[in-house]
Amino acid sequence: MNPILQIENLDKVYPDGTVALSNINFSVYPGEFVVVIGPSGAGKSTLLRCMNRLIEPTNGNVIFKDKKINQASARQVKQIRREIGMVFQNFNLIDRLTVLNNVLHGRLGYTNTIKGSLGIFSKKDIAEAEEILDRVGLKKQKYKRADELSGGQMQRVGISRALAQRPRLILADEPIASLDPASSKNIMDHIYNICTEDKITAIVNLHQVEVAIKYATRIIGIQNGEVIFDGQPSQLTDRIIDEIYHNRKPPLVHAQ
Amino acid sequence: MSELENPNENIYSLTKDEEEILKPKKDFFIKGVLIFGGLFFLFSLYELNIDYANLLEGTGAFFAMLIDMFPPNISEWAYVLPAAIESLQVAILGTVIAVVISLVLAFLAAENLAPSLWVSRIVKGFATLMRVIPTIIWALIFIVAVGLGPLPGVLAIAVHSLGMLIKVFAQSVEEMDEGKIEALKASGAGWIQIIAQAVIPTVLTALMSWTILRLEIDIGESTILGLVGAGGIGWELMRAMRSYDFNSALFITMVIFIMIFSVEMLSNRLKLKV
Repeated sequence: MNPILQIENLDKVYPDGTVALSNINFSVYPGEFVVVIGPSGAGKSTLLRCMNRLIEPTNGNVIFKDKKINQASARQVKQIRREIGMVFQNFNLIDRLTVLNNVLHGRLGYTNTIKGSLGIFSKKDIAEAEEILDRVGLKKQKYKRADELSGGQMQRVGISRALAQRPRLILADEPIASLDPASSKNIMDHIYNICTEDKITAIVNLHQVEVAIKYATRIIGIQNGEVIFDGQPSQLTDRIIDEIYHNRKPPLVHAQ
Repeated sequence: MSELENPNENIYSLTKDEEEILKPKKDFFIKGVLIFGGLFFLFSLYELNIDYANLLEGTGAFFAMLIDMFPPNISEWAYVLPAAIESLQVAILGTVIAVVISLVLAFLAAENLAPSLWVSRIVKGFATLMRVIPTIIWALIFIVAVGLGPLPGVLAIAVHSLGMLIKVFAQSVEEMDEGKIEALKASGAGWIQIIAQAVIPTVLTALMSWTILRLEIDIGESTILGLVGAGGIGWELMRAMRSYDFNSALFITMVIFIMIFSVEMLSNRLKLKV
């Protein structure tokens, strides 16, 4: 089976000299549910954002379905991004727009510039968006303004927006870090079940090890911008967890 | 960066003593500016050599003139009211033109949306240039270019307002949560789609209150523009003052006051809504 995503010798050095990622190598295969763990500032967010080139890597390759994202033109990058859904810690919904409208944002990449800007979506897209909302249990809230929802509901809209892209890969950056424990479980269940049912590959950043072990088919441990563990949840011993979280080297981001 | 030289050292260790925080250095710059400002004020007071007796006398003359102005002469209302409406039209036209153009340029000026930092800097520089030249100077320039009448007034207001609106619109956009832009970018949306679907809905209230504020200022400015011949009620005021027709001047002043006051009332109501 060909990998869906390959990371080769990936480095990221920020303009202020901070080394966020150094020499990252791994491949993700279709159907995997990869959880990336590591302390704050380890480079998890940077790694995820290099995958869809929201952040420009300094060196190395990111290959999605045999296409090098880091060498793609602006137009190609947009096309690649359509197939990669993203879910954020802060949900990043547009507060003043309706739930349905926020979900339809996932279709913008497939809609022409003028129609998309005016918020005119095809009947098919709207029907599909409603179907997705039904799936996450928000069908009745579709005309509610996004800022009237609770945190857990907002994240479900965030997931719906990513699903509206009909993605092959979902990147989730700390999707439960701003949620209470009950909502967190609900959100992780939704992400996991949907990805399994729809055969979507997922890469999820988390900092809760227990959650990672519960859902992941594979765990990647990152510290100081380097992969220090890559294996199955069962291989993740207490000693390794300790190494990832406690025996920290100096943090990547220095307070300056 | 000394910790980096010894990567095995655990800097999070609880046993390690907390680093002593040095007492912050005093900020001499602010102090210097304040002292210089105070000294310059005293120097100006001395240097300008204002005759305070004159001030007292003038106050008397001023009140004498005020009494002279009564009662207001409303006989020329048929000229004054259309002129007032013309001023209003000049202000609205100028503001609308400025809003439309700045809506395009502000997104090029905002650093989080600009295609490059250079584009942002150039547009911002252009905005500053338009802003530092007062509306009345713009009016004089446009009168030379297109002749007397409301047109130079409209252009002057549009250009000066544009300078301000680009700046404040761009600032509102820059204050926006970066994540929302990132989210739409990640879905493959284009630049224009991101602006229309994420940025505008998010900053809409800020844009509207800035627009209302600007309209308020522009109505004030359009009355003044008449003084240099750019049409409107200011022109009528100028005419009355020149012919020492103080009673008409008082009426015109009252019309201007009512006009600006009612716009302010209206905009306060509008601001409550947005």
